[in-house]
Amino acid sequence: MSDTILTPNPSDPILRIEGVYTNIAQYHILQGVDLVVPRGGVTMLLGRNGVGKTTTLRSIIGHWRAHQGQILFDGEDITQLPTPAIARLGIGFVPEDMGIFADLTVEENMVLAAVSGPINSARLDWIFTAFPPLKTFWKSEAGTLSGGQKQMLSIARAMIEERKLYLIDEPTKGLAPAIISTMAKALKDLKDQGSSVLLVEQNFAVARALGDSANVMDDGQMIWSGAMAELGGDAALQERLMGLSMEAH
Amino acid sequence: MSAAPEHAPTMARLNWRDRIAPHMPVLLVPLLAVAGFLAIMNPASWLTLTVSGLAMGMMIFIMASGLTLVFGLMDVINFGHGAFVSVGAFAGISVLMTLGHMTAAPSLLINLGAVLLAVIAAMLATGAMGWAFEKVIVAPVYGHHLKQILVTMGGLIVVEQLIIVAWGPEEIYFNRPEALKGAITFAGAAIEKYRLVAVAVGLVVFAAMRWVLRRTKIGLIVRAGVENGEMVEALGYRLKLVFVGVFIAGSALAGLGGVMWALYQEVITAHMGNHAMILIFIVVIIGGLGSVEGCFIGALLVGLMQNYIAFLEPKAALISNIALMVTILMWRPMGMIPVVKAK
Repeated sequence: MSDTILTPNPSDPILRIEGVYTNIAQYHILQGVDLVVPRGGVTMLLGRNGVGKTTTLRSIIGHWRAHQGQILFDGEDITQLPTPAIARLGIGFVPEDMGIFADLTVEENMVLAAVSGPINSARLDWIFTAFPPLKTFWKSEAGTLSGGQKQMLSIARAMIEERKLYLIDEPTKGLAPAIISTMAKALKDLKDQGSSVLLVEQNFAVARALGDSANVMDDGQMIWSGAMAELGGDAALQERLMGLSMEAH
Repeated sequence: MSAAPEHAPTMARLNWRDRIAPHMPVLLVPLLAVAGFLAIMNPASWLTLTVSGLAMGMMIFIMASGLTLVFGLMDVINFGHGAFVSVGAFAGISVLMTLGHMTAAPSLLINLGAVLLAVIAAMLATGAMGWAFEKVIVAPVYGHHLKQILVTMGGLIVVEQLIIVAWGPEEIYFNRPEALKGAITFAGAAIEKYRLVAVAVGLVVFAAMRWVLRRTKIGLIVRAGVENGEMVEALGYRLKLVFVGVFIAGSALAGLGGVMWALYQEVITAHMGNHAMILIFIVVIIGGLGSVEGCFIGALLVGLMQNYIAFLEPKAALISNIALMVTILMWRPMGMIPVVKAK
């Protein structure tokens, strides 16, 4: 775990996306997306359903191929790299569907996620503190966990090793309020360690509590970028960018 | 926002049906054995048939296990898998036939040494062939089932013809090593020695596969990859490389199965792998595509069923395995131990 707390530095971003176009079959999902994720802190990716937030994350990790534009991670062009190579550069990915291995135990899921070797016990203790149910169900098959516990496992898998950037897609979707607060607390811990996080989130309270900067997408393009505090405090701006005020959530 | 409540899980009491259900596939094998006993009503005949059925099942399992993993991991339907069985048999038996002095020796150890050399030759040949087959035939058709069926079937035909070119079109008869000939008598039943060897080899292969899949990281990657390959790659593992490894291992196992099958039949033909494919596919389907445990249980069921029915009602033997497949698929349409696919 890193003890240094980095402050966002816009001149040296961890991730820079420039004019990315991604098609899925005949659908043109991303149409020239630009995005800068500063080093350290939580960058929010916001927007209504179906505007391309998940596709942006999947294009970064390489599950969908950007056929135009450039994705630079830590200064390196990763646009055409295979997914495993991108992940090994230091990107932890928590997909929208959680992507847990249901037939494997919680322990096996975590062992697999520790790519570079045995699990670091200090980091595991931290995860157990953040997500106590994972300790309780350590030897259980992941498929038997509840929805919230599966989400905890999915995030814990990304956190088990220190990554340069975490891509997290809607971690609170469909969860009970008490579980959401557990998630938010864990993500806050991650942020306080100086990690860089690109977070897609629909829950306004979580977005406002965690986000440093915010980027709003519409129709496959980035339509606004700025400070989360600015967006969070301007109901009219929210209404204009996302069709509704986030206060309504 | 409040913290998540403490979790104190309690298990509801399940009724006996729910408790048995997960173990039902495993219980089917002894249940079938008991049903066979009740139908045959002759302990000596039943024992002979049961050992024979288990031996046949183990050999089918060895041949089929690679195919089920290849399908589960990369969604590749390999109709050419039988080619590895044939090539394994020809390579292994050719080596065995040059070791006449070892196979004729009246020593079990020397005999088994000869078989071991034959098996190593067969597995090396089919492993190398698997590597080439994957590169040349399978790799260009990822994600296209129809093309996979056509091109792997074509690959099988080409390999069969190459065997004929190399070894000639005739069936090749040979004798098992001395120590593996004949039978032992146990409780009034005659049990062929070779069948006991086949059962032992099958159990060792199954135990080794389970150990690799459950206890090693590469096994974890394979099991996770069967379920959700995309996520395994997002963790940083090169699944394609793992798949090539599994393809090679599966091909080598098919080669081992080919030698075992050949020693059982004491004859080899270029088409033996193609013929075995029918049983192999039945086993892979009823086991649950991608499940090694399901494949093992399915193979034992097919072996036992075939032997019992052939004894009780020879005319029905031809349809017994198809009937078994239909019955199991009506009970569990995804196979006995279905593998949960994320996509």
